[in-house]
Amino acid sequence: MGSQVKWAVILPPSLFLVAFFLLPSLIVVLASLRETGEFGGLAPFAGAASLTIEAYRFLGGDLIYAEILLRSFLVAALTTVLCILLAYPLAWLIARSPKQRRDLLVLLVILPFASNFLVRIYAWIMILGPAGLLYTPFAVIAGLVYVHLPFMILPLYTNLEKHDPALLEAAQDLGANAWTRFWRVTFPLSLPGIFSGAALVFIPVLGMFAVPELLGGTGDILIGNLIKEQFLDNRDWPLGSALSIVLTVCVLFLAALAAWAAKRGLHGTEAIS
Amino acid sequence: MSRLPTWLWAAALAVYAFLYIPLAVVVLFSFNDSMLNAEWVGFTTGWYVKLLHDADMLRAAGNSVLIALVSSSVATLLGAMAGLAMHRYRPRWLPFLVLTPVAMPEILLGVSLLLFFRQVLDLTLGLVSILIAHVSFSIGFIAVIVRARLAGMDESIFEAARDLGATPWATFRRITLPLILPALLAGFLMAFTLSIDDFVITFFVAGVGVNTLPLQIYSMIKVAVTPEVNAVSTLLMALTLTLIILASRIAPDLLRTRA
Repeated sequence: MGSQVKWAVILPPSLFLVAFFLLPSLIVVLASLRETGEFGGLAPFAGAASLTIEAYRFLGGDLIYAEILLRSFLVAALTTVLCILLAYPLAWLIARSPKQRRDLLVLLVILPFASNFLVRIYAWIMILGPAGLLYTPFAVIAGLVYVHLPFMILPLYTNLEKHDPALLEAAQDLGANAWTRFWRVTFPLSLPGIFSGAALVFIPVLGMFAVPELLGGTGDILIGNLIKEQFLDNRDWPLGSALSIVLTVCVLFLAALAAWAAKRGLHGTEAIS
Repeated sequence: MSRLPTWLWAAALAVYAFLYIPLAVVVLFSFNDSMLNAEWVGFTTGWYVKLLHDADMLRAAGNSVLIALVSSSVATLLGAMAGLAMHRYRPRWLPFLVLTPVAMPEILLGVSLLLFFRQVLDLTLGLVSILIAHVSFSIGFIAVIVRARLAGMDESIFEAARDLGATPWATFRRITLPLILPALLAGFLMAFTLSIDDFVITFFVAGVGVNTLPLQIYSMIKVAVTPEVNAVSTLLMALTLTLIILASRIAPDLLRTRA
């Protein structure tokens, strides 16, 4: 009886997600090893012997792909750094505000989130268009920072809120000035918050195609744009799948790195919890 | 608590301004009596009236609402099961299965479902493919909300029900369900907003026949900037805002689970 109930609860969502998340993800691996069909898409499957690494060889053979991948990483890194710089004062202010005011201040960060993703991009088209800055790298970075900023503010705030004020008072009593107190106490303790925020900004930016497409010029495309182009415009699905696999590997690597960094950062931060 | 320095207030206010001013501009110009979004001419509600007579827009809005209603209902059911299973039975692999679709870049889920629907199932893209895709990315959000609610509960009430001879079904219906009901409602509203707002995944699995509101907005802003986009954006903003505030009223801890 008990085990029947158990599986009646576990199975429906699991089967759904195996069918419509896990299996499709594995299909991408297979599709990246297939040949392009006569009219785009994939060629009919002709057994395991017909699998080929042609798509990957093509990606490796043209420097443009490595260049776009590198640029995607640089753009994601720049976006992340700008998000940290903008998020820090706000997260700090919220964390140091009286308790009863904090929830309201957090809500004020989340509300702009409630607007549609495209509307947030559109807002920048409206602002940058008349200023003559549309379709520039600047527009892309502004849009990316704007869309992802709350993902940095919230984890950073969650971390800063837990800091014990006694630590700062102790540092002050020992003669540390405000600057030293920040760099030697607050900042190191906030690293786990920065790492989780960085993962939430960096990873989605890598896969982004709408912001560069709507705000950037032709030279501003990222790996996400390449994937979209292969699947919807050129209909070269093996190449699109291979690009998706490259992106997946990057994402898995970054997620593992972030998890490792957060864990490692935590060793030094027992004092705050 | 020491007083916060003025410069910190100034910096934080500047960031709040950065978050709000672009959206305020969109809302403001939806009432501007000019075809061009360049300067303020005068107040009008004409763009909203125009929206009401835009057949494409109305059809897209109808599709969006239908998809959001159905997908969030199914996702609430499956997500509640997943949350319950993660809390009570803790299979090691379940969190991976439930949470990865939420954490991965949307484009990856979008293209993998496109491949799967077209290549494996040979399904014509449209309402059904969009519905399935929306359920897959919503389950995780609901599961997390339900699990958080269950984690905050005293396990002894379930033991008490068992000791008093309640069947598992009776325990679920009389105790578990009423207790997780706020989480279910909040999760439903959350899934509804995620669905009605989704652009990236829908973009890949929609095919040519069916338009949703975000897809309609996308094709409009690719062509030109018109005040009609401002008007539909403002309405969409008002809708999601209402839903999120409603959800956070029903389950106040929602703000924290999201962070």
